[in-house]
Amino acid sequence: MYDFAYHKPTSVADAVKILSADPDARPISGGQTLLPALKHRLNKPTAVVDLSGIAELKGVKRQGDKLVIGALTKHMDVANSPEVQAAIPALAQLASGIGDIQVRNRGTIGGSVANNDPAADYPAAVLALDATVVTDKRRIAADDFFQGMFTTALEPGELLIAVEFPIPEKAGYAKMRNPASRYVMAGAFVAKTKSGIRVVINGAGPGVFRQADMEKALTANWSADSVGAVKQSADGLNGDIHGSAEYRAHLVTVMAKRAVTAAG
Amino acid sequence: MPQVTLTVNGKTSTVEVEGRTLLVELLREKLRLTGTHVGCDTSQCGACVVHVDGDSVKSCTMLALQADGATVTTIEGLAKPDGTLHPMQEAFREYHALQCGFCTPGMVMSAIDLVQKHPQGLSEKEIREGLEGNLCRCTGYHNIVKAIAAAQDVMHGRRSELQPAAE
Repeated sequence: MYDFAYHKPTSVADAVKILSADPDARPISGGQTLLPALKHRLNKPTAVVDLSGIAELKGVKRQGDKLVIGALTKHMDVANSPEVQAAIPALAQLASGIGDIQVRNRGTIGGSVANNDPAADYPAAVLALDATVVTDKRRIAADDFFQGMFTTALEPGELLIAVEFPIPEKAGYAKMRNPASRYVMAGAFVAKTKSGIRVVINGAGPGVFRQADMEKALTANWSADSVGAVKQSADGLNGDIHGSAEYRAHLVTVMAKRAVTAAG
Repeated sequence: MPQVTLTVNGKTSTVEVEGRTLLVELLREKLRLTGTHVGCDTSQCGACVVHVDGDSVKSCTMLALQADGATVTTIEGLAKPDGTLHPMQEAFREYHALQCGFCTPGMVMSAIDLVQKHPQGLSEKEIREGLEGNLCRCTGYHNIVKAIAAAQDVMHGRRSELQPAAE
């Protein structure tokens, strides 16, 4: 790993100041993705800005008909949160299945969402639940936030503060994990929300995406059989040593059926 | 050079580190606590697991500076000063839960965290799932799972002594 300066600001304003002044500085929260990337020298920041000293970025709050989860909230804390378990059990379940216990004890929702790994879990929930990503500058709808593999609407120096999840009528998540890396091979997050029924696929493609045919099928008839009749095209899906694009396409329908069953 | 102050196994130290120094490097190279192992160095194998403020973490995937002010427990901090082993260590010995022993410190640290967070007790399935972050290349999982199942009874006070392994 190349060396870098280390900063630990205690406010969002101070963090943004450091990040804005140096385009090669990178924020770090749990570091479960950034540190492995730095070890591989995929990234050479001049400085890392540790956000863990910023108390206002941590924790889960229920605000009316939505849940607000601070960017620095760890996967383990989301999984164990009584507020999340009561309001959006599928989200608590998703958090409890990320990586392994040690990863969940360090990794944060803000890091996962900002990184937008195609095989990550959280982006699927954010998009399917029609959540809003809150930064230090603005509010970004999930539909506008995710822009393909490791790419988001975040601008350099812009800091993710929280994610606001409207509480859905029902939601469910199912995924097939790579047994070694535990990353998602193919997953589906389905939700019945105020803005309609959403089906989001993760792991299978170059980024999370809404599956329009499945949304239509579930709008007409909310059942596992209904979504199970929709075939996912393999065009544009990921194929690698762990599974071909055709295999992932098949998994998408299986995971969508399981997600609907889980949602009830 | 930046400094980090942390309490490891009850002893507080202040150490000079680089920004890029990992917690496991601080433990092994600065504090000479070499019981914590580096296996894969890619956050997969769990040989480097230690407890930071009561939670198991992979010390190869945490900066030393991120542990500033933290309380850290490593495998060296488990046994009593008179050498009496922690019930989990004793269970690993009794159940022959190791072959080469390389993964053992991380296994023991993960197992203790897992048991402590589940006072209601863990089933065999839950123990296996709870060990997802630890790899054993000798494929010794069966005895590791048996050891953890036996140790949890002692740790939660359901038995005063470890259930002996079957002959």
